[in-house]
Amino acid sequence: MTKKLIYMDHGATTPVREEVLKAMLPYFNEYYGNPSSLHAPGREVRRAVEEARQKTAAALGAKPEEIYFTSGGTESNNLVLYGSAEKRASAGHIITTGIEHHAVFDVCQDLEKRGHRVTYLPVDRYGRVSPADVEKAITSDTFLISIMAANNEIGTLQPVSEIGLIAKSKGILFHTDAVQVVGQLPLDVNDLNIDALSLSAHKFNGPKGVGALYIRRGTKITPLYRGGGQERKLRPGTENVPGIVGLGKAVELSVAEIPTKRAATEKLRDRLIAGLLKIDDVILNGHPEERLPGNINVSFRHIEGESVLLSLDLEGIAASSGSACSSGSLEPSHVLKAIGLDHPTAHGSVRFTLGLGNSDADLDYTLEKIPLIVERLRNISPTYHSRQ
Amino acid sequence: MYNEKVVDHFTNPRNVGELTDADAIGETGSFKCGDTMKIFLKVKDNRIEDIKFLTFGCGAAIASSSMMTEMVKGKTLDEAMEISNKDVSDRLGGLPPLKLHCSNLAADALHDAINNYRKSHEAV
Repeated sequence: MTKKLIYMDHGATTPVREEVLKAMLPYFNEYYGNPSSLHAPGREVRRAVEEARQKTAAALGAKPEEIYFTSGGTESNNLVLYGSAEKRASAGHIITTGIEHHAVFDVCQDLEKRGHRVTYLPVDRYGRVSPADVEKAITSDTFLISIMAANNEIGTLQPVSEIGLIAKSKGILFHTDAVQVVGQLPLDVNDLNIDALSLSAHKFNGPKGVGALYIRRGTKITPLYRGGGQERKLRPGTENVPGIVGLGKAVELSVAEIPTKRAATEKLRDRLIAGLLKIDDVILNGHPEERLPGNINVSFRHIEGESVLLSLDLEGIAASSGSACSSGSLEPSHVLKAIGLDHPTAHGSVRFTLGLGNSDADLDYTLEKIPLIVERLRNISPTYHSRQ
Repeated sequence: MYNEKVVDHFTNPRNVGELTDADAIGETGSFKCGDTMKIFLKVKDNRIEDIKFLTFGCGAAIASSSMMTEMVKGKTLDEAMEISNKDVSDRLGGLPPLKLHCSNLAADALHDAINNYRKSHEAV
């Protein structure tokens, strides 16, 4: 008998859709030309890359020439942060938050070592940064504001529109890591005054290893790599053509479906949250309303998140504890610490992220298993016993 | 990540609970990862007659606690003091390297309980 699998870790990665895979396949061995080649096979492939660029631009309200393909969200974040810092003649000031993904957070820390100053803004208990704090933090040499559109762990949406307006009024480059948002919620870089935006195909049912960076026309960025003229020299290297084609198809489909799938996903999310909160001593992390449609992050007090995950896995349910990228760390998540959770509560955090394929039946099964898992683990827990 | 033996001890932990008439209690925790273990000992004729545990922690922490209790039941206190965290890990067939120093604290908790027993015994 095949083991039951309920996948609720779409925040980590998503399955590639059939339509996306079908679009990609010919670009492995049928249309295999190098898009930089002048001959017919090259031109055919170049056409596919540019079509994907148009689709990506359309999904963001951008122009095709403002889209640069990369290897994913991490590279896009690195490119805009290092690239804008490198462009300066002298060290300057960056504003970010204390809950960014490591692909921004770690780069900021490295830029500090290189002489730049960084302000890591605090967030409230729901994980929201205050636009007033952003404005107050601006100094005469602030050259970049990098604040994520939604947090990958607790799902909280940031007031991107207000922050964009502040950045625009001061003439400061505003970058947002929108890896968790693209394909989930509508985004328009002009409406939101975003100057740079990172996205990654595998978060919206596209392939892994390919992403894009939107950069508003006229923004000066220094490339990280040298050695080729691809992507207008900003990101040299032969293009990952099947990946780019897949990204284009995936972003087209996922953005077109937002109006229909958003409400359905939010309904499932709210049902799972309500079911989990019926269990004694469970708290919801992140904002109760301003959160990603598919994100549920709770802390089961008196037990450890990894033990819950392991138990869920044995029941065929895949979830995660914080971001997958930090699962190798022993320290509690910097995001959960930033919203003020104490050490044991942070350790009890589990993230469920819903997406394509999840159904009410998945929730029925999960809500049947979790109370049993929690009870079993609490029976082993010294802090739960001393509480009683 | 975990082998079958670890998963077995995690899902079916042996000797879980408290001993209300314990002769000694030991406790240890990892500051780094937050795991906490509490060990309850019943000692008779210098031997561990009964042992129970409570653990807040990951799969490795729970499995280590369970395995340790199986390893020491019936042993003299001197023999039990000889058991190291590495012995517990080896009996489990190994733990992921990251877990060795954060979650495998069972022998430390046991030693704390034995030391507490000896202190209270000497004090009498």
